[in-house]
Amino acid sequence: MATQTTPPSQSNVIGRSVARIDGPLKTTGTAQYAADFHFPNMAHAVPVQSTIASGRIEKLDAAAAQSMPGVLLVLHHGNMDKLYRVVPNDFSATTSEARPPFEDRTIYYWGQYVAVVVAETLEQATAAAAAVKVEYSQTPAKLSTNLGDYAGKRPSVSQRGDAEKAFAAAPIKVDQTYVTPAETHNPIEMHATVAAWEGDSVTLYETSQGVVNHRYAMAQVLGIPRENVTVVTRFLGSGFGGKLFPWPHSALAAVASRRLQRPVKLSVNRTMMFSNVGHRPLCEQRFQLGATTDGKLLSLRQDYINHTSLIDDIDEGCGEATTYLYSVPSLTVTRALAQRNVGTPSPMRGPGAVPGLFAMESAMDELAVALNMDPVELRLRNDATKDESNGQPFSSRHLKECIETGAAKFGWKQRTPAVGSMRRDGRVLGWGMAAASWGAYRFPCAATVALEVDGRVTVRCATQDVGTGTYTIFAQVLQEKTGLPFERIGVHLGDTSMPEGPMSGGSWATASVLPAVSSAADSVVKTLLQVANSTAGSPFAGVDPAKLQLTAGRVHQAGEPAETGVPFEKLIAMARLSRISADGNTTAIFEDPKAKGLSLHSFGAQFVEVEWEPQIARLRVSRVVTVIDGGRIINPKAAANQIKGAVVMGVGMGLLEQTVYDPRTGQPINGNMADYLMATCPDTPEIDVTFLDYPDLAMGEYGARGIGEIGLAGVAPAIASAVYHATGVRVRTLPVRIEDLLQSRIREA
Amino acid sequence: MQSFSYEKAQSVEQATGTTGKFIAGGTTLVDLMKLGVETPTQLVDVTALPLAQVETLPNGGLRIGAMVRNSDLAHHPAVGKDYAVLSEALLSGASPQLRNMATTGGNLLQRTRCPYFRDPSYSNCNKRNPGSGCAAIGGHNRMMAILGTSDACIATHPSDMCVALTALEATIQVEGPKGKRSIAIADFYKLPGTTPNVENALEPGELITYVDLPAPRKASKQVYLKLRDRASYEFALASAAVVAEVSGGHVRAVQIALGGVGTRPWRAHEAEAALTGKPATAAHFRAAAEDALKGAKPSSENGFKVELAKRCIVRAMTMASA
Ligand SMILES: Cc1cc2nc3c(=O)[nH]c(=O)nc-3n(C[C@H](O)[C@H](O)[C@H](O)COP(=O)(O)OP(=O)(O)OC[C@H]3O[C@@H](n4cnc5c(N)ncnc54)[C@H](O)[C@@H]3O)c2cc1C
Ligand code: SF4
Repeated sequence: MATQTTPPSQSNVIGRSVARIDGPLKTTGTAQYAADFHFPNMAHAVPVQSTIASGRIEKLDAAAAQSMPGVLLVLHHGNMDKLYRVVPNDFSATTSEARPPFEDRTIYYWGQYVAVVVAETLEQATAAAAAVKVEYSQTPAKLSTNLGDYAGKRPSVSQRGDAEKAFAAAPIKVDQTYVTPAETHNPIEMHATVAAWEGDSVTLYETSQGVVNHRYAMAQVLGIPRENVTVVTRFLGSGFGGKLFPWPHSALAAVASRRLQRPVKLSVNRTMMFSNVGHRPLCEQRFQLGATTDGKLLSLRQDYINHTSLIDDIDEGCGEATTYLYSVPSLTVTRALAQRNVGTPSPMRGPGAVPGLFAMESAMDELAVALNMDPVELRLRNDATKDESNGQPFSSRHLKECIETGAAKFGWKQRTPAVGSMRRDGRVLGWGMAAASWGAYRFPCAATVALEVDGRVTVRCATQDVGTGTYTIFAQVLQEKTGLPFERIGVHLGDTSMPEGPMSGGSWATASVLPAVSSAADSVVKTLLQVANSTAGSPFAGVDPAKLQLTAGRVHQAGEPAETGVPFEKLIAMARLSRISADGNTTAIFEDPKAKGLSLHSFGAQFVEVEWEPQIARLRVSRVVTVIDGGRIINPKAAANQIKGAVVMGVGMGLLEQTVYDPRTGQPINGNMADYLMATCPDTPEIDVTFLDYPDLAMGEYGARGIGEIGLAGVAPAIASAVYHATGVRVRTLPVRIEDLLQSRIREA
Repeated sequence: MQSFSYEKAQSVEQATGTTGKFIAGGTTLVDLMKLGVETPTQLVDVTALPLAQVETLPNGGLRIGAMVRNSDLAHHPAVGKDYAVLSEALLSGASPQLRNMATTGGNLLQRTRCPYFRDPSYSNCNKRNPGSGCAAIGGHNRMMAILGTSDACIATHPSDMCVALTALEATIQVEGPKGKRSIAIADFYKLPGTTPNVENALEPGELITYVDLPAPRKASKQVYLKLRDRASYEFALASAAVVAEVSGGHVRAVQIALGGVGTRPWRAHEAEAALTGKPATAAHFRAAAEDALKGAKPSSENGFKVELAKRCIVRAMTMASA
């Protein structure tokens, strides 16, 4: 394994576990989330949702609602302000639903907003929303959850060799179809917008994973200059991708507020979360694997299809990890879309890769069974030494080590392959594993760092902390560069009046912000040392700045202890400055010569144990060992927390989660937290997380990739494989259910 | 949501003298009011009534006040000692927060979780809207009942506590405008038949005051087993409450009730008959379970409940005779 050096650091805070600096604000309830913004004279908006999935609004009668107590305004297709679409495929200004709210009278999905009622109080608005009468003419809705009868085009995603021929000739074959259901993002913080106009400018307090994009997009939707839109997201109660791009409620709040010339709050409730703010789409994937009798892959074919809405073509991208994970000479990946009367899907943690890997790694497990080969051995035999989809070397790939480390930590050697052959305390054990991968990205970022005359160092950046520890990453870099304690470090994020930062998505926030804040901090320190040299009365007047340094907040001569120096704020005061500030920038990875020609990905391995009580068909995940090759880990504590959370989400994906649509109305029928099952604390297994921690220097000075999504990848297929090992039931349609487990021939433990 | 008046009753007479809707913990009622399913105009809060004690009856039984909170009841020493099935059932239900609010009386009258019942945008629900049809038939029906259903309604009775009370043969004490009466739990819940809107034997204005449990039977073993998708915070797919006397390898006496499968807490008389006096063996348990589910009528998505309920009975009986 190549050893790579880590950058010098004065405090070793990079790579050290630190508690999140925003933790106390959250635990004391003082962190202000979007819906926590209250303004004098604020009005409340409540949308009215369609109760059909397909058709047309024939009549909308708001008279009764309009005359109810406290009602200020009812907006609908008939009286809505003109709204605009965003330029298609302009990735700096993306919306989720291309169609602005109330654009036409057509109903595309159940729950679509058909009106919004604004009143003095939330209760009044809720009551009046229920009194809006809508008459529809219905047209047959496309609601089938069977995507298998698709007969349209299947465009190619990736292609090498001749997969069809190689498969036909392969001595060992797997040919199966895998289905992952629609899943709903359920961050604990529901979406909300508080809109407040001042003149012709609007401030939107948002639940946004991308304030800058939100600003650009809403400026286009509202048809106003982007300078006139400010977006603020100080804290997020997570988003899982559901909050990357604006949803229609943001425009509804903005228009209502403009009409009334009052601040307006619109909170999306939990039921609306299931229909109006995205979901992971239903996917069906056929996998064909061909292999030699000693387990070398000869061919791989993946044909995937996902449902999308009638208004947007959202490709889930299930081929994301398929093309480079293993060495295979012949490969074909195709995609297809099936339009349904559902809301627009959106990225959900590990989009594409997560459902894609469920299918691929399940197929690999089936291949291992067909070969009578250990699943770990099968993966190792097919490890890729370069990215075979484009011939590029990997910047830093340690999948093999992930698998070997995981196997050792898990005790995989003890595994006996026969179905139902392992027992403990009256239960059958199932052991399964899967590989994982996720792309590594870095997007442009600007940040301003300032040394303030009050002795603090601050940073400003219009990115946002989705709840994962971004505030703390900024503070760590500043501590590393200045030696100041966290109490004297101010991190200001989530406001578009600051320098533009990246979205919190795709696991790229950390890699994107690090270079900007690091270079800004370096510049600011350099300027400080120059000020020390040039300021009259400074003890270092005339001293070559190159011979000075900043340690623990004090400027001193290199080689002398920090105590001999002067606090930086004294020097700033002497120079009669308020602050010394500097900007730093990150360039996108695809413009970086260091990353050119390299394939950048994170890797991982998941090992899962399930405990199975056949007599009562009760199955629980009891143990997970996760090994992650995610570049350098900046804050292991926050990173482990990310991975553990993702594993718990994986338990939900494997065993519980599924948005169920009524087959007749298209309504998400389990749209609440009691009926939409996610893993609870008692469902949480023992989780052992290991980071290999190899810096990926193609990503930047710190070598960080990202770990927000990879922890979920591979969990569900490892569970399904463990389920097979325990029960003999191969579940190819998630989630694994009691219905499936009852099919097991094993009845006793 | 519509406006309603609210008053807190200080005495049973005051409560039963009104025409208002009783509210106890509110965990069912307020939920359904927010959904627009319940639309009371007058709420009478009964939580201040002096009905929050658990006392021993002269006959050795236990009298549980209707206002006793689910968590207090579950952790009451007398319940833990002599009525473990009740304690286990309560603790398997809902979440700690909900159990801290929920009362014994409210739990008895909790409503079904049928999603179509809970959503007034479906006008066709015979329970909510008599004579309107049943949206669950032909809809999403995985959680629905397989026993006691009718063409008019297939909604499951969701309670865990009531399943234990059914196995314990509890008696429900009520007081109303016409005075006091006792209702055996077996007579309390109605089958849906053609009138699923009529769920129990209460008359208008009647208040549940107590739940009485018979004196504990010596040497009885009690088990509550709840099967579901996730490990907590989910209603039962199938559950079984067993109160059994097993000695010398034989079942001497047994009461079995099932949850998650019936339109009311389901007393499995057939299984009891099949087991009484028989050897406590897996084969007999299975045969009894087959009998218990003979009348099952599953819908398109819940056929698995038949086998699951059988296994639940077998496992609960195995545990009770261990
Ligand atoms: C998310 C969720 C999950 C749940 N999970 C479970 C579960 O897993 N298992 C389970 O068993 N239960 C579960 N429950 C249901 C819960 O147990 C009931 O909501 C609770 O027991 C109701 O008691 P309460 O005191 O809050 O009743 P309330 O909501 O106050 O009242 C319910 C009904 O009873 C009437 N009422 C109340 N007291 C009296 C009285 N003394 N006399 C006459 N009428 C009265 C009211 O008028 C009302 O109609 C769950 C509930 C929720 C919301
Ligand atoms: S099952 Fe019963 S409660 Fe559910 S919709 Fe049908 S009638 Fe209503």
